[in-house]
Amino acid sequence: MCLAVPGRVLSVEEKDGTTMAQVDFGGLRKEVCLAYVPDAKIGEYVIVHVGFAIQRLDERSAQETLATFERLGILEEEFGDGFARAARQTGAPA
Amino acid sequence: MKYLDEFSNPDLARRLLDQIHAVTTRPWALMEVCGGQTHSIIRHGIDQLLPEGIEMIHGPGCPVCVTPLEIIDKALAIAEQPGAIFCSFGDMLRVPGSGQDLFSIKSAGGDVRVVYSPLDALKLARDNPDRQVVFFGIGFETTAPANAMTVYQARRLGIHNFSLLVSHVLVPPAMAAIMESPSCRVQGFLAAGHVCSVMGTSEYPPLAERYRVPIVVTGFEPLDILEGIRLTVTQLEQGRHEVENAYSRAVTAEGNLPAMAMLRDVFEVTDRTWRGIGMIPQSGWKLSERYADFDAESRFSVTDIHTEESSLCRAGEVLQGLIKPHECAAFGKDCTPRNPLGATMVSSEGACAAYFTYRRLELVQS
Ligand code: SF4
Repeated sequence: MCLAVPGRVLSVEEKDGTTMAQVDFGGLRKEVCLAYVPDAKIGEYVIVHVGFAIQRLDERSAQETLATFERLGILEEEFGDGFARAARQTGAPA
Repeated sequence: MKYLDEFSNPDLARRLLDQIHAVTTRPWALMEVCGGQTHSIIRHGIDQLLPEGIEMIHGPGCPVCVTPLEIIDKALAIAEQPGAIFCSFGDMLRVPGSGQDLFSIKSAGGDVRVVYSPLDALKLARDNPDRQVVFFGIGFETTAPANAMTVYQARRLGIHNFSLLVSHVLVPPAMAAIMESPSCRVQGFLAAGHVCSVMGTSEYPPLAERYRVPIVVTGFEPLDILEGIRLTVTQLEQGRHEVENAYSRAVTAEGNLPAMAMLRDVFEVTDRTWRGIGMIPQSGWKLSERYADFDAESRFSVTDIHTEESSLCRAGEVLQGLIKPHECAAFGKDCTPRNPLGATMVSSEGACAAYFTYRRLELVQS
């Protein structure tokens, strides 16, 4: 949960007085709050933690990190179904 | 060197390791503060690739692990209340309280939901105006801005059926507490990268000075960790104790200014108890006066909490770097991820879980 994952800003819109963005994480798309990195532009990469961009990141580093996370199964851990994972841990059928 | 092929760039890993070996003349004990770094180190066997005598001590930086038992029990009591929707990050589901966990409350019919972001919980509150929606706001400085913004939005949008059960903790006071402990063996710190993405690095020079300890801001990927170790050991060998940033692609000295401004508005510093460790003065955040209405602890007067920690569990010593997980007699026997006695066996950032998941085979063989 303490991890932050790089993603690419696909689109930006104002919602309830806050800047929100659609962000792509290696093929997976999530809505992300951009209030803390307000100058991030479409096409740029940001580091996202629990739905909030906390810093920007250059494209090369972002892609390397995403590739590493994908390989290690970290993206699944971050975005997968929390209940299914907990159920697997208990040994119960998910 | 069986692990090296698993690095994203084995050549660079090799070079960093060679440099670490070349510079090391004496044993040193380094602490990686963050649980994400612990997992990376154990998963990639980094500790086993280092020169003999360089010891990695695993730090307390697992937010799930240090959330006090009393707060977990309060969370469980709130989650059991009819009409409440209790929202949490997935990592909290199986953290043992005194009697049960959130997962078992859900199985018994409680309305427990796993959300990706605290804003998802706020949306649930908006969509269910006749229900009380509570979000379990735990975490370090990395997570706090998200929870702060969510409470700010709840207040601004007038969403009064939303509240936050807050148990935020702060990294620098914990590092100071570790250095103050008489049993402390830590000679250098790898500081937690994403905490610094938010807070910058200005809190660390006074610590480095006071305790004469190098502090190197370090990322989470295996190569980042090797670079953090290289810089820390080099400082130690040269007798320096400075703050260095080995994660500059994601950390600036000043941090994230809008996030820090929001944190100052929504939270104020408070004493916090860390599970297994005890009270550390001024080591956490609670909601500030302006946002006190959104505090779940006062909204649900959950009193009558009698905490009871497992008598076998030594997670407190693990979290302070005093023992390694497998030195706990319950490790892998009475305590496994399936039947965890302590939070460090559950969390994806907990040291016991890391040793269990990645070191199982060697332990069976040895
Ligand atoms: S192995 Fe289990 S019982 Fe032992 S310290 Fe870790 S969590 Fe506690």
